Amino acid sequence: MSTATTHDEHHEHHHPTGIMRWITTTNHKDIGTLYLWFSFTMLLIGGAMAMVIRAELFQPGLQVVDPNFFNTMTTMHGLIMVFGAIMPGMVGLANWLIPMMIGAPDMALPRMNNWSFWILPFAGTMLLSTLFMEGGGPAFGWTFYAPLSTTFAPDSTDFFIFSVHLLGFSSIMGAINIIATVLNMRAPGMTLMKMPLFVWTWFITAFLLIAVMPVLAGAVTMMLTDRHFGTSFFDAAGGGDPVLFQHVFWFFGHPEVYIMILPAFGVVSQIIPTFARKKLFGYSSMVYATASIAFLSFIVWAHHMFTTGMPVAGELYFMYATIMIAVPTAVKVFNWTATMWRGSMTFETPMLWAIAFVFLFTLGGFTGLMMGVAPADMQYHDTYFIVAHFHYVLVTGALFAIIAAVYYWLPKWTGHMVDERLGKIHFWWSAISVNVLFFPQHFLGLAGMPRRIPDYSLQFADWNLVSSLGGFAFGLAQVFFMYVVIKTIKGGEKATDQVWEGAEGLEWTLPSPAPYHTFETAPEVR
Amino acid sequence: MFAKKLRLALSSLWGAVILFGTGNANAGFDELNLRRGVTDISHQVYDLHMLIFWICVVVCAVVFGILIYSIIYHRKSKGAKPATFHESTTVEIIWTTIPFLVLVGMAIPATKTLLALEDTRDSDMSIKVTGYQWKWQYEYLDGPAEDISFFSALTTPREQIEGTAEKGENYLLEVDNPIVVPINKKIRFLITSNDVIHSWWVPDLGWKQDAVPGFINDGWTELKEPGTYRGKCAELCGKDHGYMPVVLIAKSEADFAQWAADQKAGAVAEAAAATQTWTRDDLLAKGEAVYNTNCAACHQANGQGIPGVFPAIAGGPISTGPLADHINIVMNGKTGTAMQAFGAQLSDVDLAAVVTFERNGFGNNTGDVVQPSDITAAR
Repeated sequence: MSTATTHDEHHEHHHPTGIMRWITTTNHKDIGTLYLWFSFTMLLIGGAMAMVIRAELFQPGLQVVDPNFFNTMTTMHGLIMVFGAIMPGMVGLANWLIPMMIGAPDMALPRMNNWSFWILPFAGTMLLSTLFMEGGGPAFGWTFYAPLSTTFAPDSTDFFIFSVHLLGFSSIMGAINIIATVLNMRAPGMTLMKMPLFVWTWFITAFLLIAVMPVLAGAVTMMLTDRHFGTSFFDAAGGGDPVLFQHVFWFFGHPEVYIMILPAFGVVSQIIPTFARKKLFGYSSMVYATASIAFLSFIVWAHHMFTTGMPVAGELYFMYATIMIAVPTAVKVFNWTATMWRGSMTFETPMLWAIAFVFLFTLGGFTGLMMGVAPADMQYHDTYFIVAHFHYVLVTGALFAIIAAVYYWLPKWTGHMVDERLGKIHFWWSAISVNVLFFPQHFLGLAGMPRRIPDYSLQFADWNLVSSLGGFAFGLAQVFFMYVVIKTIKGGEKATDQVWEGAEGLEWTLPSPAPYHTFETAPEVR
Repeated sequence: MFAKKLRLALSSLWGAVILFGTGNANAGFDELNLRRGVTDISHQVYDLHMLIFWICVVVCAVVFGILIYSIIYHRKSKGAKPATFHESTTVEIIWTTIPFLVLVGMAIPATKTLLALEDTRDSDMSIKVTGYQWKWQYEYLDGPAEDISFFSALTTPREQIEGTAEKGENYLLEVDNPIVVPINKKIRFLITSNDVIHSWWVPDLGWKQDAVPGFINDGWTELKEPGTYRGKCAELCGKDHGYMPVVLIAKSEADFAQWAADQKAGAVAEAAAATQTWTRDDLLAKGEAVYNTNCAACHQANGQGIPGVFPAIAGGPISTGPLADHINIVMNGKTGTAMQAFGAQLSDVDLAAVVTFERNGFGNNTGDVVQPSDITAAR
């Protein structure tokens, strides 16, 4: 604590206070906090939209909303959760943790860091503002396939396009910052192969972001010129090709799903060894597996398009390449298992979330493998089976990892231990309800219920009802999460510097809460 | 106090769940697995699905078994001391190789099924399927039903959707004109779209295929048993994506030939009707029916449209403006919007009736009456 006091005194007069502190901040911890609160706000907004969707699907028939607004809800829910909740959540973790983990005083490019955050609220507001425009918001799915998103889209689509551009700028700048930080700011002795796995996974993710966000920007720009400047990239009547849109979109979209999940792998690889009191099994193979997954993510995009009428040779190639991803992914799951094997485990809240991640992400991985098999995908495609799949990967995968990370590092951020009893209530409440919510969607999809429909035939009624009940319970659990976090910020048992008995890494050598400036003198890593 | 209220609320909610579950004739709790379907291909796809499923179950059981064992026995509270191992090249090579071999084992049957599924050669007859917002068009290109062409749209009444009438057995799975095919024939479907991307899907056939504007995709089936098979559009295609089902009826070859003859006779009668002069009341009555099937999805049953998306018919500049412009936009559509060219979709009688209805209904009292012959002349 003494270091903290000195720093505060030393820097006091440089810092604006109140709201200006947050607007002008270049401190990685402040910006990390901003990212995480933005992410949580978006989680609640996107979650509210999911509640509208589940309310409409509670029973067959139209009860709550009209079909066009329903489509707007599914579209905005997807966009907000992907670009507003999961990605900024991961960037928030990166901001807080990467400098502390590699022994750096801050991010390499702190002013750009400020800018890349402050773009987000404007992009998010612009996206949400479409809901109040004449003709309604985007209603063409978060994948915005042309020509539904070009010729047949509402006027508000242009705001969506610019919002995606802004989100892309923000992500690219964030990624550049992370790469610059990792390459230039490591403490002496912190070689690449000594970096914590969370840093490694984010380092690789940053390259994915730089590679594919411009592709997404290209896709929406082509949409814009198709809509207003007389081009026909995606308009067959003008010699264009609607399927080209899907190729461009998924060339972005498939690496995008790994952008959301790789940092989650990193988080889990930090947490499991701590509570198993045993070093991570196969550190270097974890690094190589992450890099292999990242590479493979670039060459499998058209497995999202098996039903678009691709030549059979193309289908075969994309099938083989896709199921190959199961190999490095399996290696990861095996390594986490081997880390726990013959450990000395305790089950504090972060460990519970991490173990749930391993179980449930694996289920999502298996359904992913099933859909990679092209002839079977002819049945699964565009049904609730895939809705179940990607929610297992993104909710019980990416989101659970972010929540696990918050429980794991919150004592370091706030100086207070989380109330274990509340954390465990939150965990069991979420872990049970999320399965009530998403597991029946496997059945619905296999039985033939298409995704993105506001109303369904009667054989789907029962499981939809169950799924909706699970949905409401899961949604409420995340409001409870907010209560737990705010309670911890306000007070609680004092955290030690070490926090967790088995924790290893530079961030645990710092005081709790971590002072405003850390590692102004680089630590020595042996 | 609060706990008691909560318990009460939960028990009544659970009661509602049970009532709902049992009160429903089509109770769906037993719908757990992929439909096996009715064709060779759908059976192959089903077998493949089950193969991968069981592989996943076995791997799951092994990995989760080890995890659960570890969670139970290797915990600090049981006095477990942490081991110090943290790598083993041998183990890692083994658990990289085994998944790889399993994948190869899966890829072989998958390749066989895919090649069969995509082989549309040597078909006995071809049917062109065109997706529209929000209906399907079927055109028979050869065989006994050559030149027969019709549209197939949802017939579930609005009242059932809005909950003012009880939902029927085939709620949202019923159409006015189902596609009819003969059994024991290899039928090739040529699938395309008129506007946005749709996807033609009958789960019992074992596949779906996207309908992409400007491109023609194909798929095939050979049914063994007469029957009615129901499916849905699978690709988000706008507002009424959930309301464009596919109903396919398979008939014996003789019944199919009879059906084709009936359709052709019907077409001749319709052509004859177009040369007659219709009374205003007949046109209005028919026009209302045509409007509700073809126009109400966008312009709404009350003719008010949806502001900013679909223009109103009631008091609209087209429906109260010059007659020729009105006929023109209905027949030729408006490019760059959802307004389709109905000249190619509807008969002269239907077009005359619907234009008459639009110009006199919704308070538009223009007094204009359009005869089928006017439409014939405008073509």
